[in-house]
Amino acid sequence: MALRVMLIDQNRGRVAILEQALLDNGYEVVARSSVEEDLLQRIAQVAPDVIIVDMESPDRDTLESMRSISRDQPRPIVMFAEKSDRISIGEAVKAGVSAYVVDGMSPGRLNAIMEVAIARFREFQALRNELEETKSRLEDRKLIDKAKGILMKQKGMSEDEAYKVLRKMAMDRNIKIGEAARNVIIVADLLVGGS
Amino acid sequence: MERVSNGRGTDAPIKPEKTEVTLGIMALTDCAVLAVAKEKGFFAQQGLDVRLSKEASWASVRDKVAVGELDGAQMLAPMPIAATLGIGPLKVPMITAFSLGLNGNAITITESLARRMSEADPNAMDSPISAASALKQVIAGLERKLVFAHVYPYSGHNYELRYWLAAAGIDPDEDVRLVVIPPAQMVNHLKEGTIDGYCVGEPWNGQAISSDIGRTLVTSYELWNNKPEKVFGVTQAWHDKYPGTHQAILVAMLKAAEWADRMDNRWELAEILCGKDYVDAPLGVVSASLLGNLRALCRRPAEPLFDFNVFFRYAASYPWRSHAAWFISQMYRWGQLDEAVDIVRAARDVYRPDLYCRAAEFAGVHCPHIDTKTEGSHETNWVLDGIEMGRDLFFDGSLFDPTKVVDYIRGFEVNRLCVDLNDLTRINKASDAQ
Repeated sequence: MALRVMLIDQNRGRVAILEQALLDNGYEVVARSSVEEDLLQRIAQVAPDVIIVDMESPDRDTLESMRSISRDQPRPIVMFAEKSDRISIGEAVKAGVSAYVVDGMSPGRLNAIMEVAIARFREFQALRNELEETKSRLEDRKLIDKAKGILMKQKGMSEDEAYKVLRKMAMDRNIKIGEAARNVIIVADLLVGGS
Repeated sequence: MERVSNGRGTDAPIKPEKTEVTLGIMALTDCAVLAVAKEKGFFAQQGLDVRLSKEASWASVRDKVAVGELDGAQMLAPMPIAATLGIGPLKVPMITAFSLGLNGNAITITESLARRMSEADPNAMDSPISAASALKQVIAGLERKLVFAHVYPYSGHNYELRYWLAAAGIDPDEDVRLVVIPPAQMVNHLKEGTIDGYCVGEPWNGQAISSDIGRTLVTSYELWNNKPEKVFGVTQAWHDKYPGTHQAILVAMLKAAEWADRMDNRWELAEILCGKDYVDAPLGVVSASLLGNLRALCRRPAEPLFDFNVFFRYAASYPWRSHAAWFISQMYRWGQLDEAVDIVRAARDVYRPDLYCRAAEFAGVHCPHIDTKTEGSHETNWVLDGIEMGRDLFFDGSLFDPTKVVDYIRGFEVNRLCVDLNDLTRINKASDAQ
């Protein structure tokens, strides 16, 4: 019988990706949510075998208390790390995912599902990093253009000269060129503000 | 009693093995010492470049410290003990050499429950004892179980709430339902009526009162004067690898605690803490408890609550091994710990006043020469080794003698004991004899 999986993740995009991957691997996703109002009630309703939780979810503390209030939920829940030997908790924490399972589930079945979750979380993180890098590159581009404009106007430099000055500043101070551009802009703003 | 400070001064400079560290905090007023150490430059003074990482759950704090994603963190005092003893999901030896403060929690209930309690007993709000007895009467007349929330299974909040209920003969596992809810969601749950009350740290009691959602019934100070609350925890392995960095952090935190404790710095402290990186709540609410104004919020003629948040005075930062032993007694009482352990040894492994004293010597701070003390025997402030200490009464008048922890555990009328008391006695006798 397919394992019943519940997903709790504040990130809607990531939860959608993970859900698809789990379905493709033959799991049954019984609930997914970004914000859980009454988590305990919801868990009692859907009776999942596994709950996969975003590491940054505040609901984790509630999940950890379930072992001690097991009459709310006849199936006691434990954190995966207790029974898992193949997947280290370090890997999961770094990927940003944690899981709670019904006590007594075989480590093999759990490892398979954790592998899917960790892989998807990592993939999502890589995508997000890439997006942020692109964003910051665009942002840098704009800053550099603005700083070049300032240098050209104030010092009468050509565009090429202005760029070389920025590049040298960045190399001398061991900072990114975008950062050097930001400094030039701040200084110019200060001077304008002060005059 | 063990001497932990040899009194010799040290001139050797601290050499941090690593200077860039990431420390975990939670959005609670008692992250104050870490926030101040960062914002007022005490970490920088020690040559440390510290990033504070705001965490979403205590589980996350534990996991990230356990695997080294965080170098150390603000923790609930029972957490490093639970992690070391392997209660809960992870067994990882952890230590603390620094208590982040005393007191700071309170129990808040809905207005409607408060009304019922006043109907049951017009003097219900006069003291923690009368409040608990009134609650017992209300419970007897109710069809449904009342629901109370706290923040984590291994927390002072859980033990305080249970202690208070049990003192009136209310069985916290039978007569009410206890649930765990993240602090920042407490007020909303109270408003929605999914819970009838909670025990939480600030600003989440003040928040409920200032928005007329709940009534703060009892402060943790009233339950046990100057009880320990949060600690700074690291893994044993991390400490072994970076003892110099650890010491530098301790020195910075001592100076920060001293700063944060001064009443004339409390407004600035509130301004720091209400910011987005920390508690992220209105200044008026954050400042209330720090300035000792929670009294007005309690709506009860009571003694001033200047000691609601204590960060430094009364040797507040000192990691008393007897405090660790008290937490262990509660783990037994409520069935969280079923294995008989040597309590003195466990407290000694996890709580490290020796490390505190080394840092204190460096910081020029006075250090107690003993590592355990009784609780419940000082009804006024007292003096220890030239240090002014606070009162330490329990509201039910009980006494905690750290040399007789097993007897203390035996004495709980309402309990969920799972340990074999004979085993526990035997193991702890052997330790006494050593």
